[in-house]
Amino acid sequence: MSAVSLGYYPGCSGLGTSLEYDASTRAVCRALGITLQDIPDWTCCGSTPAHTVDHVLSSALAARNFAQAETAGIDDVITPCPSCLKNLRNALEHMEDDLFRARVDALTERPLTRPHTVKSVLQVLVEDIGLDAIKEKVTRPLTGMKVVPYYGCLMTRPASTMRFDSPEYPMSMDNLLAALGAEVLPFPLKVECCGASFGIPKKEAVTRLSGKLLDLAAGLGAHAVVVACPLCQMNLDLRQEQINAANNTHHALPVPYFTQLVGYALGVPEKELGFDKLIMPLAPAFTAMQEACAKATAVAEKKPAAGKTEATAGGAA
Amino acid sequence: MRIGVFICHCGSNIGGTVDCKSVAEESYAFPDVVFSTDTMYACSEPGQQGIIDAIKEHNLSGVVVASCTPRMHEPTFRRAVERAGLNRYMFEMANIREHVSWIGKNKDANTNKAAELVRMAVSKLRLNRDLHSKSFPVTKRVLVIGGGVAGIQAALDCADAGLDVVLVEREPSIGGKMSKLDKTFPTVDCSSCILGPRMVDVAQHPNITLYAAAEVESVSGYVGNFEVTVRKKATYVDWDKCTGCGLCTEKCPSKKSFDRFNEGVGPTTAIIIPFPQAIPKKASITRDACRQFTKGKCGVCAKICPTGAINYEQQDELVSMKVGGIVAATGYDLMDWTVYEEYGAGRYPDVITSLQYERLLSASGPTGGHVKRPSDGKEPKNVVFIQCVGSRDVSIGRPYCSGFCCMYTAKQAILTKDHIPDSQSFVFYMDIRSPGKGYDEFTRRVQEEYGAQYIRGRVSLIYPKGDKLIVRGVDTLMGGQQVDVEADLVVLAVGGEATQGSPQLAEKLRISYDSYGFFMEGHPKLKPVETNTAGVFLAGSCQGLKDIPSSVAQGSAAAAKAIGLLSKDMLASDPQIAQVDMKRCVGCGKCIQVCPFKAIKEVDVRGQIKAEVIETVCQGCGLCNATCPQGAVQLSHFTDNQILAEVEALCRF
Repeated sequence: MSAVSLGYYPGCSGLGTSLEYDASTRAVCRALGITLQDIPDWTCCGSTPAHTVDHVLSSALAARNFAQAETAGIDDVITPCPSCLKNLRNALEHMEDDLFRARVDALTERPLTRPHTVKSVLQVLVEDIGLDAIKEKVTRPLTGMKVVPYYGCLMTRPASTMRFDSPEYPMSMDNLLAALGAEVLPFPLKVECCGASFGIPKKEAVTRLSGKLLDLAAGLGAHAVVVACPLCQMNLDLRQEQINAANNTHHALPVPYFTQLVGYALGVPEKELGFDKLIMPLAPAFTAMQEACAKATAVAEKKPAAGKTEATAGGAA
Repeated sequence: MRIGVFICHCGSNIGGTVDCKSVAEESYAFPDVVFSTDTMYACSEPGQQGIIDAIKEHNLSGVVVASCTPRMHEPTFRRAVERAGLNRYMFEMANIREHVSWIGKNKDANTNKAAELVRMAVSKLRLNRDLHSKSFPVTKRVLVIGGGVAGIQAALDCADAGLDVVLVEREPSIGGKMSKLDKTFPTVDCSSCILGPRMVDVAQHPNITLYAAAEVESVSGYVGNFEVTVRKKATYVDWDKCTGCGLCTEKCPSKKSFDRFNEGVGPTTAIIIPFPQAIPKKASITRDACRQFTKGKCGVCAKICPTGAINYEQQDELVSMKVGGIVAATGYDLMDWTVYEEYGAGRYPDVITSLQYERLLSASGPTGGHVKRPSDGKEPKNVVFIQCVGSRDVSIGRPYCSGFCCMYTAKQAILTKDHIPDSQSFVFYMDIRSPGKGYDEFTRRVQEEYGAQYIRGRVSLIYPKGDKLIVRGVDTLMGGQQVDVEADLVVLAVGGEATQGSPQLAEKLRISYDSYGFFMEGHPKLKPVETNTAGVFLAGSCQGLKDIPSSVAQGSAAAAKAIGLLSKDMLASDPQIAQVDMKRCVGCGKCIQVCPFKAIKEVDVRGQIKAEVIETVCQGCGLCNATCPQGAVQLSHFTDNQILAEVEALCRF
């Protein structure tokens, strides 16, 4: 793996509700030899509030960030947030139409001069760095930790825009977590809706939909629900108490970002990974992991003896 | 030459957007045209009589009709000019309907284009010559490819009419998809009970030769005289000795082989007789599953066989034969539904196909007719049926309706209630498509008498929860409400597709197929069982998905066509074929290389190599004509000079 240098777009949540996603992304990239160069003076990606009102405005907001990237000589950008990613990609796609592009340029007054690409952090880790390279660098494997990966609705969809993994049953995060040594449980609701921003106008939608996700994850025996989207994380983690209250459940499932677990496995100090920012503490997941590990070791220690008996029995027969 | 021109209005089909009268008037100015008129319907009885009268009255030596496509009425008009005493090839057709009136709305431009097409036709006709057919004898034997219900019907009808029939079936038994069904709609009578006797008839008919576990290797020749090679695949059992006693299948130690007949519901042995009513009732070995082949030692079946029929050394065998006509009845396969990630893409054992469900329902199936779900063998109580899986779905490139799924789903819901009285069926559907005798009544019965809950809406997700499957769909008749159904078993009404290898077979038969692999009929309405290759006919789902009654009807229809063709002792050859000018031919052999019909051979003419066309084999495609560097090969009726005359007529400005 050679040194990689990429533009970095943290997105608004990276400075607020998902500080730990931003911090762990930076830490993981450092550990993997990826140099991140922040887009100077980046602004809103043009997501929901803008694109529900005006597509040109939304794309102009995104285009401004690419224009800013150009001032720093950046062509290829990565972002941890799937919503930012969708919007930045949408803008690039829409601007392939000359008429649309002209309307965007009229707003920004800063036409883009070079082609740009934008990818998710997940896609870069899985496709560009590669699972084998990551596996090689694992110093603290997650052996024994049972996890369910939850991609959310946007990470692979719409398929024609994201062009990454399967829109209905993605496996990239499953495979990444497995490479870290975790026991990845098949999670059939991995791309289901968490309720998204309905938490504000209609909380019932979130408690019902996210509740379903937590019920299934707990039912499968997961130690943690691993996410890749700041909004999903907020619904499942910050609102977990509300969900419990609404549904009369008692979940206490930690909801870490995948980057936090990658960072841990790569040996990044916990301080840099923002574990303390999680509402549902991650510690029980590690405890469960260690217990499972200890159990496995105990069984393994017994096993050779058992194996020997079998072999002898076989030989005798 | 004295040419007459007839411009057809085709009612308003042409007359609506082409000024036919002015085209007729303009045609008078074209060379050699001595008579020109417009006519309301040139193909009608008075229309044809008008042409015949004009030929006689004006002493015409050639005729141009400007009307529809020659595919439609060229034979009609050729017969008409023949009745008036002209050679049938002294006739040309200008297509001013499909090529003009139907595709343009500008009347002036259309009229101008129509006149130009007539001018081209006149220019070509001036160089036409009288051509005469030759006659050749036919082989009174029919090849039927595919032994499903359509092929069985075609084979029996042909054989009953006295023709020799060769029936080739890819699987080790005939019967096709129908033999896998438990019951049939809308009568709910036993499928194998009504099909079984017909299969026995095939086996016993003195005029039918059956090759099961065999495929068509190659086809050459032409209508009336096809040369066919059939590959009899090695079954490692000598079928002349095998009595079908089944001892080998009982003793075979390899019991984990995929059961093709039972659609993989439960495993089977490596040596099998596919099902109790199999025809021929002979054993065959699945090589990949057999220990003798995979591990090099076993031989249990060879030891147990009382007649010594097992032969591990058996090889494929090629059989060649001559046939006069061919009926393709190769049927369909279920599409690969695992493209649907939202239905689990095959991850959940209790999400099965409709055909697998038939095997679960069937008394001769692996569960003896007791409905047991694959995961834990429990009897399901809530059964969810999802329709249109792989049908009417543009997103996966299958926009067509499979036609039979609405009906078989209704049947399966009825059978579910019969088998498990305390069960509840749910059917997610888009529309209920049930045109057919007694069909709509049937789909009402399942809802009204059997209490199946029909929910109009698609399913967006199936996921396991405990030992249940949650089926989440929408009820579009309840204002788009989301519906979650807890199911014990989910049955997907998987749509059909052209059977594996259809395009390859079509190319062997030189017939057209559509983008989905279904064989193309000669005309969607008027030639439903013919193809554009003379002597090749179609029956059943290979032409487009259809249910049993329609397949049987097509089987009989294709047989009628084959019988009609072979009722003659001699057939007339088409004289529109290639001709070699011996003086120009340098014997380079390029024409031999390009000819797709092997219709050109080398001959020795006074010590020099020359090309010669085998007249009855040539199909008149013109490849040799275009390839010949010397211009020595000319296609009768489409000579270089004729084509150039047309081009010149068009490019005269």
